[in-house]
Amino acid sequence: MKDMDYIFAVARIRVLEKTLLSDADISQMIALKDEQAVLAFLSDKGWGESGGSAPSAEEILACEEEKNRALMREMKIDPKVFDILSYPQLFHNLKAAIKEICTSETVPGIFYDLDRFGGKELMEILREKEFGRLPEYMRKAASDAYEVMLSTRDGQRCDIIVDRACLEAMRGSAKKLKEPMVGSYVESQVAVADIRVAVRSVRTGKSLGFLKEALADCDAFTASELAQAAAKGEEALYTFLENRGFAEAVSAMKDSPSAFERWCDNRLIETIRPQKMNSVSLGPVVAYYLARENEIKMARILLTAKANGFSEDSIRERVREMYV
Amino acid sequence: MSFSMGFVMALLGAALSTILAGMGSAWGVGLAGQAAAGVVSEDPNQFAKVLILQLLPGTQGIYGLLVTFITLSKIGLLGGAAATDMSLATGLTIFAACLPIAIVGLVSAYHQGRTSVASIGIVAKKPDQFGKAMLFPAMVETYAILALLISILAVSNITL
Repeated sequence: MKDMDYIFAVARIRVLEKTLLSDADISQMIALKDEQAVLAFLSDKGWGESGGSAPSAEEILACEEEKNRALMREMKIDPKVFDILSYPQLFHNLKAAIKEICTSETVPGIFYDLDRFGGKELMEILREKEFGRLPEYMRKAASDAYEVMLSTRDGQRCDIIVDRACLEAMRGSAKKLKEPMVGSYVESQVAVADIRVAVRSVRTGKSLGFLKEALADCDAFTASELAQAAAKGEEALYTFLENRGFAEAVSAMKDSPSAFERWCDNRLIETIRPQKMNSVSLGPVVAYYLARENEIKMARILLTAKANGFSEDSIRERVREMYV
Repeated sequence: MSFSMGFVMALLGAALSTILAGMGSAWGVGLAGQAAAGVVSEDPNQFAKVLILQLLPGTQGIYGLLVTFITLSKIGLLGGAAATDMSLATGLTIFAACLPIAIVGLVSAYHQGRTSVASIGIVAKKPDQFGKAMLFPAMVETYAILALLISILAVSNITL
């Protein structure tokens, strides 16, 4: 589709953006006394099913996620775009299926409910070793991770194989799609995921081999460069990141783990924020979808923090920037 | 009945005024209409505001029609005797006089349509900023009006 084909969708999104949670809404929610008050606030904002009887936090959040997906289906957005954005869920299902088969432990609700490759289908594919039924970008990772898990029971190695394949698949598909906004978002996501892995690895003393297996290439740096820097230690990693334009990430890392996690999410929101000024392409529609996912994530953090009695200061430290 | 080449050229100029300016307006109004429909699908209360913004690129088509009427009147096709024996030089002069509104009408209506789309985005998010939002596409109108004036002055002052 050409940019001008999205005029109707973008105009509709502009109206819907008014209903997104703002930074002021988040501050108001932080000040509320408990989880029930936050749920009531969200219900007043139209979250959850209207007229439903006091749903739980998870029901409200699941309902909002479904509303978001339904809106995109209604707008007839190129499914390839949302396929890319749903890769993390797809690869999550793969990890969960491998672990469920190898450990024989069933965890209820572990799988995302996807149109294709839900938990049941993936487990069937893995049991029969019919990797050819999987999309090309998943086959090798599925086969390798399954073999690793079967032979070594090393869940962490299984995770890094699948996670790296997910990042590479997202990047590859985004390049083929040639949609600048999706491309820059995916690049940011890969860079942020790599930095997250590098930081955790350096703090837990992982080897260079582990880092090379876990990291994916992105435009900002190659996996090998980041792995080499991380393998030399924390200071070398900080210097490397500062030189590559990630000084804010370093500052957040030095601050606290939650500040760093907040930087990761804020970085992604910064990538999509220019779409607020765009009136004719797919970008604002995708940005709205991602902004909704971000606010649902934020609401989940807030509800969990309130349910566990976190202090306001402690919650504020975890608050992400909102799109609007 | 035979027509001189000059008469044909004058008629072609009159036709192009309506055709090109009308095409531009249809294009611009169509673009703005899609945006307006998008807003109304979520917020029907904004119908009147977005309708005005949608209509702004429609004026070029009217300007083209006006120049066509003046030209047809000038060459005697709307009453009086048609100047079917007009010289080629006169015909080409009338043709040239029609070009400003034909070409500027086409281009300005398209761009006004795009600007209206952006302004409809402003109204969608901030309905109280309608006045400011309307000024942006209205600016584009300036150039269509200038072209209209030149075409009218030129056509009116040509002596057959």
